[in-house]
Amino acid sequence: MNGWPILTTLTLTPLFGALVTWIIGRDNARTARASAVGFSLLAFLQAAVLVMRFNTVATGLQFVERHAWIPALHVDYFVAVDGLSILLVFLSALLIPFALALSPVAPNQPHGYYGLFLLLQTGLFGTFTALNFFHWFIYWELSLVPAYFLIKLWGGENRRAAATQFFVYTFVGSVTLLLAMQAVYLATDTFDLIQLADLARSGELGRNLQTKLHWTGLSSGALGGLLFAGVFLGFAVKIPVMPFHTWLPDTYATAPTSVTMILTGAMSKMGVYGLLRILIPIFPQPMRDSLSLLMPLAVLTIVASAFAAFAQKDLKRLLAYSSMNHLGYCLLGLFAALMPSLNSAAGAGERAAVLSGVLVQLFNHGITAATLFGFIALFEKRSGGRRAIGDFGGLRQVAPVLAGFMGIAIFASVGLPGLNGFVGEFLIFKGAFPLAPVPTTIATVGILMTAVFYLTMIQRVFAGPLNPAWTRFPDLTRSEIALFVPATVVMFVLGLAPGLILNLVNPAVLEFVKRLAP
Amino acid sequence: MDYPGLIKLLAPECLVVLTALGVLFADLKFWRGLPSRQRFGRGVALATVGLLAAALFAGMGEKSADLLLGTLVLTRVSQFLKLVLLLLTLGTVWLCSDADFTDHVGEFLALLLLAATGMMLLISTENLLMIFVSLELVSLSLYVMTAFNKRSSCSAEAALKYFLFGGMAAGFMLFGFSFLYGLSGSIHLPDIAVALRTKGSDPLAMAAIVMVLAGFGFKIAAVPFHFWAPDTYDGAPAPAAAFIASGSKVASFFILATLLQAGMPGAAGSGAWNAFVPGWMPIVAILATASMVFGNLAALAQSSLRRLLACSAIAHAGYALLAIMAEPADAKPALLYYVTTYALTLVGMFGLVSVVEGGNGDDSMGQLAGLSQRSPLLAACLSVFGLSLAGVPPFAGFFGKFYLFVAVAKSGPTLSSFWLVLVAIAMSCVSLYYYLQVLKQAWVAIPVEGSVPARASRPLVLVVSLLALAVVLLGCVPELLLRFLR
Repeated sequence: MNGWPILTTLTLTPLFGALVTWIIGRDNARTARASAVGFSLLAFLQAAVLVMRFNTVATGLQFVERHAWIPALHVDYFVAVDGLSILLVFLSALLIPFALALSPVAPNQPHGYYGLFLLLQTGLFGTFTALNFFHWFIYWELSLVPAYFLIKLWGGENRRAAATQFFVYTFVGSVTLLLAMQAVYLATDTFDLIQLADLARSGELGRNLQTKLHWTGLSSGALGGLLFAGVFLGFAVKIPVMPFHTWLPDTYATAPTSVTMILTGAMSKMGVYGLLRILIPIFPQPMRDSLSLLMPLAVLTIVASAFAAFAQKDLKRLLAYSSMNHLGYCLLGLFAALMPSLNSAAGAGERAAVLSGVLVQLFNHGITAATLFGFIALFEKRSGGRRAIGDFGGLRQVAPVLAGFMGIAIFASVGLPGLNGFVGEFLIFKGAFPLAPVPTTIATVGILMTAVFYLTMIQRVFAGPLNPAWTRFPDLTRSEIALFVPATVVMFVLGLAPGLILNLVNPAVLEFVKRLAP
Repeated sequence: MDYPGLIKLLAPECLVVLTALGVLFADLKFWRGLPSRQRFGRGVALATVGLLAAALFAGMGEKSADLLLGTLVLTRVSQFLKLVLLLLTLGTVWLCSDADFTDHVGEFLALLLLAATGMMLLISTENLLMIFVSLELVSLSLYVMTAFNKRSSCSAEAALKYFLFGGMAAGFMLFGFSFLYGLSGSIHLPDIAVALRTKGSDPLAMAAIVMVLAGFGFKIAAVPFHFWAPDTYDGAPAPAAAFIASGSKVASFFILATLLQAGMPGAAGSGAWNAFVPGWMPIVAILATASMVFGNLAALAQSSLRRLLACSAIAHAGYALLAIMAEPADAKPALLYYVTTYALTLVGMFGLVSVVEGGNGDDSMGQLAGLSQRSPLLAACLSVFGLSLAGVPPFAGFFGKFYLFVAVAKSGPTLSSFWLVLVAIAMSCVSLYYYLQVLKQAWVAIPVEGSVPARASRPLVLVVSLLALAVVLLGCVPELLLRFLR
């Protein structure tokens, strides 16, 4: 593109903002908050420019910046966006100001809280734009550190335990990811994700691994499988795929709610993005070989998390499981796209539908889930930190506006046609059914259960007799309405005109499908 | 070669010696009556001028020379390293700017500068005799500097241990050198290399290698020659300890790598898993593994900052030793990048230690409690150094480790040295724990009632912040340093 390195400035804006906030916001919550919101809006503006100037017709990478960085290791500084990442970059830019606005006004040590929030955003931007594993991994880990401290220092009850659990789990995944990619690097001498994908396609990666690593005594297939497992574990923990999910409910429930908005809205997408950008392109064959194991895991994630959500008493835990359920659809879609199909021409169409569905679902779920957690933040603020499902009841009578807006978000999450949640799920199921009929059929149970637990939640919280404790429960204030109206508008617009974002991802999806063909 | 030409080649060394004598003279003649803080201040100013002048000459001087059977060998890399050593010396000198641990100011600074001279000579030679003589110049100066705090019995004890071990190690090394001379009839490394190639794995050559490595093992504090390190780091005055940990390490590693790779390529052997071939490689592999394991595990148990740094120094010696086993093309850049950034970090760390100790000489970790409130800048610097030592991106320590591990793993046609890298990575994970313990004290722990506010003189804060900046910068753009090391 033209000269301005927009992706680099986009990534560095929050980092710089974090420094400024940390320095000027010391002991002054207002300044810290203003500075953080200001910098996140600045980042949002850049992301908006990025989306506006994004070429929806061209395939391939855009806004490429590539500079030799460490010649000794053949590492380039290489950032770019394409259809796979543009939505996620935009999502990260959108959610951070939203979450900041819903943060407690004066947390203790405000400069630390707001500074870490911006640092987290740098990690997100970096992960979604980097195309060289070297700095991609640095950003990937960078996002972990602020999240850990935000949970540990500003979380709810048992925050230390939850933060440590979160860190250890994701860190173990990161270590196996790093080790596997190290082996790949030593065999190929490059960290360039695009180049590695090409090597994998031509079969050279497998041959290199075989010659360099034969001293381990493993066959080429076993070696590929082992490395694949290492990388997969890294992403599986992050998404999370059952049974690697046990950190998630505690973490989501304990983190400050505005942080949970980011955890579910943006950070959970990092795992799926990793599958799209690293795992599938670089390890297509081991991935296909293990589908018979992975597919049941995806179905398990969808169905079991929906049932688990139904059993929860705590609203945050309920939404945590629901979030897992929604990402399960993405997994189902991704795995189905790799299934062999008899009719290759029709198969390509199905695969494209499924992958578009996955990308759209990622974006929509980010918006919807973050909004729902945002409402929980309001509940906590109004009720002095209570959020058990049984604590409320009949709120519709005293807070009709709140009930209305939250109802819309819930129905978007259920997947009601006309709202954004429907589009992604429909495309995923439409495409996945012909490719993998049995798992898809079982997964529909998850959809049903989603409706059941969400409707139960509406019933217990908003309908029924008013809980006498909440006769003075305040409705949404004007500034809160101003915050939730845009989110609701987005839900409607993307539900009615999904083409707006489908166009962004379409060329990349077609390209991806073409490269998937064996 | 005539004398003016020789002096021109050795201009940096000559200038440092002249500065040493100048400081000694000025202190004895003019500053005797002043309090020691002021004397240190003036001495530091004078030494700074001398060191900067020497750095200027080192930067602009001749880039290649080979005189008198390798007695003086100048290369682009060694000239650059001389610059690094001068800067490290400068950093160390500035750590003294606020010191008052001794009344013998001129002597201390002069010894420091003489040690620096020794290091500079050490890295510009390929001659066994010259190696030994310069190494002794470094060692003898450092022994005395360690003992300089006469008010503390620890200082004397540390110096005595350091001296006894050092004397023994020097004996071993000289004995090993004599075998090498006996085998090859030369003290010039390239000639020795030729002779050893034909001799193969001669038992005498093996004995020589073991003894030489024992001698160097002491200098770099590799297990099992490490016993002096914790006591010396603990008892020595902070600038002396900083210099032992930084400049001395850089120079020793450089010459060790030269000695093994240029002087004994024929006797390398192999340290590959399950396929040891006698030579210096397996010995280095064992020293490295033992150092990494012992250093990191021992550091877990330390409650004193200085002893912790000593244990971590043992561990880092282990990592750095790995680099010597890499292919020659990668070995020197990887090794030198690693030890240089490590040295910068350690000078900064000892600067912080001297601040934290305040007046009372207590360097327990509790002294750090609440540093982030008492002095955010120093706490930030501490975090940079700590995370860099642990190998966390984006600091220099991360890239150093990464490059080093890759260089080792890639050596040879297959990845057979990978087991060493696996040990190193596992031990790096262990090290993260104790570095984070230190940071936790600084950021999370609540300051003890009546703890001294962290007060530091301006030059000290300046040098510590500059070093932290360098560690960040070199981590983000390693090429800044790497291109001079190739």
